Amino acid sequence: MQALFGQLLIGLINGSFYALLSLGLAIIFGLLNIVNFAHGALYMVGAFLAWIALDALGIGYWPSLLLVPLAVGLLGVLIERTMLRRLYQLDNLYGFLLTFGLTLILEGAFHHKYGNSGNSYPVPEALQGGSNLGFMFLPRYRAWVVVVSLAACFASWWTIERTKLGSYLRAGTENPRLLQAFGVNVPLMFTLTYGFGVALAGFAGVMAAPIYQVTPQMGSHLIIIVFAVVVIGGMGSIFGSIVTGMGLGLVEGLTKFLYPQAASTVVFVIMALVLLLRPAGLFGRER
Amino acid sequence: MKRTIRNATLLLLLASSARALAADKISDGVVKIGVLTDMTGYYSDLAGPGSVLAVQMAVADFGGKVLGKPIEVIGADHQNKADIASNTARKWFDEEKVDAIVDLVSSSTAGAVMPVAAEKKRITLLSGPATTAFTGEKCTAYNVHYTYNNWALANGTGREVVRQGGDTWFFVTADYVFGKSLEEDTTNVVKAAGGKVLGSARHPSPGTTDFSSYLLQAQASGAKIIGMANAGADTVNTVKTAKEFGITPKQSLAGLLVFISDVHALGLENAKGMYLTTAFYWDRDDASRAFARKFQNHPDNRKKAMPTMVQAGLYSAVTHYLKAIQAAGTDDADAVIARMKATPVNDFFARNGVIGPDGLHRHDMYLARVKTPAESKYPWDYYTIVKTIPAAEAFPSVEMQKCPLVKK
Repeated sequence: MQALFGQLLIGLINGSFYALLSLGLAIIFGLLNIVNFAHGALYMVGAFLAWIALDALGIGYWPSLLLVPLAVGLLGVLIERTMLRRLYQLDNLYGFLLTFGLTLILEGAFHHKYGNSGNSYPVPEALQGGSNLGFMFLPRYRAWVVVVSLAACFASWWTIERTKLGSYLRAGTENPRLLQAFGVNVPLMFTLTYGFGVALAGFAGVMAAPIYQVTPQMGSHLIIIVFAVVVIGGMGSIFGSIVTGMGLGLVEGLTKFLYPQAASTVVFVIMALVLLLRPAGLFGRER
Repeated sequence: MKRTIRNATLLLLLASSARALAADKISDGVVKIGVLTDMTGYYSDLAGPGSVLAVQMAVADFGGKVLGKPIEVIGADHQNKADIASNTARKWFDEEKVDAIVDLVSSSTAGAVMPVAAEKKRITLLSGPATTAFTGEKCTAYNVHYTYNNWALANGTGREVVRQGGDTWFFVTADYVFGKSLEEDTTNVVKAAGGKVLGSARHPSPGTTDFSSYLLQAQASGAKIIGMANAGADTVNTVKTAKEFGITPKQSLAGLLVFISDVHALGLENAKGMYLTTAFYWDRDDASRAFARKFQNHPDNRKKAMPTMVQAGLYSAVTHYLKAIQAAGTDDADAVIARMKATPVNDFFARNGVIGPDGLHRHDMYLARVKTPAESKYPWDYYTIVKTIPAAEAFPSVEMQKCPLVKK
């Protein structure tokens, strides 16, 4: 029983990373109709920027938590302005290929410069240690990850579903041309949306840096699962990606308890089932 | 009749002189060494570009020529995939005149290339893969397993840790041939030394980033020692997570395959106190220091990293190979491999190392403990050598290996 609770809690922690990353993907897909394969690489860039900031500039965790997403967001704006923008008229596949290429370039560049063993990022002092919950030892930092991810997810959801800005976004998803006719600067909105989506990836990168070794491949391991999460949740569904992210983390944890060997495949089994039974995903709408 | 006899004699003469010519010649007028390794993936820091550099250094230090013919080095990335490795090997042997393939880090690639090399009568020098069976039931006639194998790693660390009271074990194991073989070898050592194995958790590799659930199982087992039957980034993440979840120092970690590049990546604060078995430590004596400094300061060594045991072993292996060609007067694989096995290795890497009829290079191994940050006085000052494990104890005997090629 103890082991079960432990695995579920760990599932929840992993789930918050899935949610944070798939949220950004869902926002980008929802509005831009771009399958942003570079998401994992930008998550990696976020983690590396945090490490470089600490190692070379002495900038600690807390400022990084704000500065790094900004920097990654700016990089996103640059990518959108110079490259992605040209692909909106074309098939989804082109955007996918472009971002996949970007992933290879980014990972290759960091590999070339920093090698692949990676670097360790220390857990910030205020969040070191942990507490014994009886059934397991919960590191304070991991608890922080869950709380902050949930807060970030909720804030994003609230902005998109409950504010005026969000209503523009949703309208843009439905019919960008009509929205432009109402005098909204849609291209700018696209740029900022992409910037915000990848800033979330950068944010997740900073959150992950103290837990995982900061390596050029850290994003590529996660991105496949995150894509599965987005597909299961329903491409473009904000709420769906958050719930599915958390849910799949839990399912993974449960599988690790019941039958550990299946833990790495269970997500994809669910994905296959969902695609068979509900092709638009659990929370998606048929277009 | 007379004429036939004369013709036959001529033919015989021709044939024997042709063979004599071939014997003291270098095939294709060049000795070509192919470094087939992981250039960009998981093992690229412990082998990879550093392995290519080590081989290039060995060739340069040898003078760049053997028996008056040039020595060439080429490298390729096998991406840790068995099919890519065996295809590259075939191409190298058939089209590129490669005489020996070296490194072959990651057991799946070595296992794919060795049979190809045996079929084509070319040499493989393994530094990096660890599967013990490469000189056991899977042995081939043209292979040398040079630096370490799972048996040596398991014995070095396993026996010493049990002797110091770590008698209950739980394994966190990479779920492929290397990890399972390492777990199995260590289990045998632990049991033979009077210890008990309480269980194991197997994780997919490569591809696992989160080790907390596996470590939670290790914690729940109550074992005194958590044996890490994995390598590279997996080991690094296991160590970090164990520290984060307060598992260490209550339970201790035993690194079964830990490289100095891993310790460097972890930092001493994370790695301190860990036991490990190594074939090479740069700061062991003057000869090892001289090689290591030269390697570290080489302009092609971009990260200025110290050599890992894989890279140091490769330098030694290639030098031994070239010396054998020199002594045999040919690069013919049969003659060279016989000479390599007949000559003991004495250099900065091995003292009286002997390559057995099964192809296993038996040399001293070292049990090391990772220093604390306070103990470390200068960059890369990472290990205290606790004990030298003599070759006879460090590696399995020829009889134990049961290589089918060895006649009883």
